[in-house]
Amino acid sequence: MKPHTLSVLVENKAGVLSRVTGLFSRRGFNIESLAVGPCEEMEMSRITIVVIGDDARVEQVMKQLNKLIDVIKVTDLTENERVERELALIKVTAEPGGSRAEVMQIASIFRAQIVDVGAKSVTLEVTGDTEKIDALEQLLRQFGVKELVRTGRVGILRGAKTATSSK
Amino acid sequence: MKTGAKILVESLQREGVETIFGYPGGVVLPIYDELYDSPLRHILVRHEQAAAHAADGYARASGRVGVCLATSGPGACNLVTGIATAYMDSVPIVALTGQVPTNLLGNDAFQESDITGITMPITKHNYLVKSAGDLSRVIQEAFYIAGTGRQGPVLVDIPKDVSTGLSADVKLPEKVKLRGYNPTYKGHKRQIEKALELLGHAERPLIYAGGGVISSNASPELVEFATLASIPVTTTLMGIGCIPCHHPLNLGMLGMHGTEYANFAVTESDLMIAIGARFDDRVTGKIETFAPHAKIIHIDIDPAEIGKNKRIDVPIVGDVKAVLQDLLLLMKKRDAHEIWLKKIKYWKQHHPLKCPKDGALHPQYIIRTLSDLVKDKAVIVSEVGQNQMWTAQHFCFHNPRTWITSGGLGTMGYGLPAAMGVHFARPDVPVFDIAGDGSIQMNIQEFGTIVSNKIPVKVVILNNMYLGMVRQWQELFYDRRYSYTELPPVEFVKIAQAYGIDGVKVESCDEVLPAFQAAIDCDGPFVMDFRIEREENVFPMVPAGAAINEMIGGHPRT
Repeated sequence: MKPHTLSVLVENKAGVLSRVTGLFSRRGFNIESLAVGPCEEMEMSRITIVVIGDDARVEQVMKQLNKLIDVIKVTDLTENERVERELALIKVTAEPGGSRAEVMQIASIFRAQIVDVGAKSVTLEVTGDTEKIDALEQLLRQFGVKELVRTGRVGILRGAKTATSSK
Repeated sequence: MKTGAKILVESLQREGVETIFGYPGGVVLPIYDELYDSPLRHILVRHEQAAAHAADGYARASGRVGVCLATSGPGACNLVTGIATAYMDSVPIVALTGQVPTNLLGNDAFQESDITGITMPITKHNYLVKSAGDLSRVIQEAFYIAGTGRQGPVLVDIPKDVSTGLSADVKLPEKVKLRGYNPTYKGHKRQIEKALELLGHAERPLIYAGGGVISSNASPELVEFATLASIPVTTTLMGIGCIPCHHPLNLGMLGMHGTEYANFAVTESDLMIAIGARFDDRVTGKIETFAPHAKIIHIDIDPAEIGKNKRIDVPIVGDVKAVLQDLLLLMKKRDAHEIWLKKIKYWKQHHPLKCPKDGALHPQYIIRTLSDLVKDKAVIVSEVGQNQMWTAQHFCFHNPRTWITSGGLGTMGYGLPAAMGVHFARPDVPVFDIAGDGSIQMNIQEFGTIVSNKIPVKVVILNNMYLGMVRQWQELFYDRRYSYTELPPVEFVKIAQAYGIDGVKVESCDEVLPAFQAAIDCDGPFVMDFRIEREENVFPMVPAGAAINEMIGGHPRT
C-alpha cells in the first residue's frame, strides 16, 4: 500500500469527474487528494488524484479509467521523477505586539506570502509539497489556526517526459 | 427544421433499427407521436424491465444492437436491472429514456430521476442530450460505442424539450471518431508468436472459451484452431455454443456446475488458453488453485481483463476473431497430444453428467428430451437458477447465439422477456424459455406482450415449488433450514389461459415428449408446467471457495 499520484487527462464535459471518482468509490478507495483544472489543450481538463492502494488494484483502476470514453490518457506519476505541489491558505491568529512578528518570521522561512492582514489575524499563502505544508501548519498551530484551506496536489513529470498526447 | 423526436426516429432508422421495445409515458409523448406512423416496429411490453431484456435478447441472438425505450423516472429506473444485465455480459444495447425538460433538471420534478447518474456504473457510456441539434450525433456515437470494442449498453437520456425542440439536419461523419475510445482489434504480433512458442511446448493444453468468442463471431475460427492444434475446449456459461456439443474436443462447461472432466482438465493442464473469458469467481472457484500447473495465454479485447484475477504469462489484447485468424495463419498442424486426449477421454467415460432414470420426473430428462427433439432448430433462453444450470449441462447446443442466458448478473426474470427479443432476431426458429416457478413469476406479466404481439415463445416451467438453487444451498450448507424458499403451488396453465395462451401441465415422464410436440405444433405461445422432483439438485457442484476439482455430487475419482 503506497500513495499513487495519477494524472488523468479528460474531456471537459459535465459528469466526467463523477465518472472518474465513481470508479474509485466502487472499489472502496478513499481519494486522498483531488485537483481538477484546465490544461494545455482546449476542451480538455486534467484531474490529479492521489490514492493509497496496492499496485495491482491501482493498476486495475487505471485500466478501468482508460475504458471511460471521456478519459483520454491516464499516467501514474509515482513511477517517475516528478514535481508535486500543493497550495494552502492559512488564517492564523496574529495580534500586533503579540505573535504577529513571530508568525511573519516563520512565514518568511517557509517562503509563504502574507496575502491578507486583519486586526487580529494574518492569512498566509504557501506552496510546496505535502510535507512542507504539513510542517508549516504544525508550527502555526501554537498561535491558533482559525481556518486552513488546501488545494489538491498537482504533479508534473521532470525532464522532457509528459503526461499528455493521445492514448 | 425538424423536431428532436423526428431526428431521433430518423437516426434510429439510419442505424438500421427495425424493432424497439418500449413503454410510453409523459415525457416521451413527443417520441411516441413520431413512432405512431414511422416504419419502426414498436413492441409494447408490460414492464420496462422487459423492454431492456428484450433488447438484450435481440442483441445476443442477432449480434446487432438492441434498442429499448422508456419514460423518465420510474420508467427509466425500471430499465436498470436490464441495463446491468447487459453490462455484465457485454451485450450491445442502446437504452433511450425520456427526461423532464431541461429547465426542470435537478428540481425533483414529477417523474424525474437522475438516470445518467444512476446508470453510470452499469453502462459503457451514457449521454444527457441538451439540445435537438446534438441528437443525431449522440445516437450515432451511442450505437458505435455499444457495438464496437468490448460491447455493452449505452443510455441516451432525452429531455422533453429536446424531443420537441427544432434543429436543422446536422452533417454526420462517415465514421465516428472519439479521441478517448480506440479499441485494439489486432493482436500484437510478438505476443502471438510467444503464444505459439508456448503452444509448441505444451503437453496438456486446454482452451477456456468465454462469451467473447460468441460476441466476436469467432466460433468457426475457434473450432478450426482447436482442431488443428488438437486442444480440448471447455466453455464458460456464456461461451456455450461456440463449439458444437458433440465435437470430440468439447468438454462442456467448467466451474461451479461444470462437468467433472472439464474441471479435472483445468486442474491438470500445463497450458491454458483463455479466449474471451474473464476468470469469473463462478468459473475459477478458489483462484489460487485454478489451473495451478498451467502457463496462461489470455486473449481479450478488454485490456482491463488481463491479469485482473489471475497472473497471465502471455496476454494478447485484441478482437478474438482477429487474433485467432492470426494464430491460424502462423501455426503449424501438430500431432495430437495423445496421452492427454486419452486421459480426457477416460474422464469423459467415467465421469459423465448424471441423468437419473428412476421413473420420476427429473428436470435433466426434460431438458434432454427437448434437446433431442429440436436439435439445432431452436434458440434456448433460460431464467436463472437450477433451470439455467440443468439446461447449460444437458442441452446439446450446436451453434453460437442459440443459448441466451444472464450469466454475470444472474438476473431472475430475464428469460421470458429476452425470449421475446430473440424471436424478432430469429423468427425462423422456435424460441424456448426454460424457467423455474420462481423466476417465471418475476416477469410473468409479459404473457400479455407475447399474446398481443403473437410472439410464439414456448415457456418450459420446471416447477418444484421452491426457489430451487437457494434451497439447494440451504440443504447443503445451512442444515436444510429452508428459510423463505418454498413457494406455494401455482397453476401456471390457468394463468396462461387467462392471458389467452394454451398450455399443459405435465406430471410424468411419458407426458414430456407429447407436451413438447404440442408446443411446437402450436402456432402461438405455449406454456408447459412440469411438476418436477421437488428436491432435485444441480450436480456436480464446487462449493463456494473450494478448488474446482473438489466437486460434490460427482463420481468417485478412480
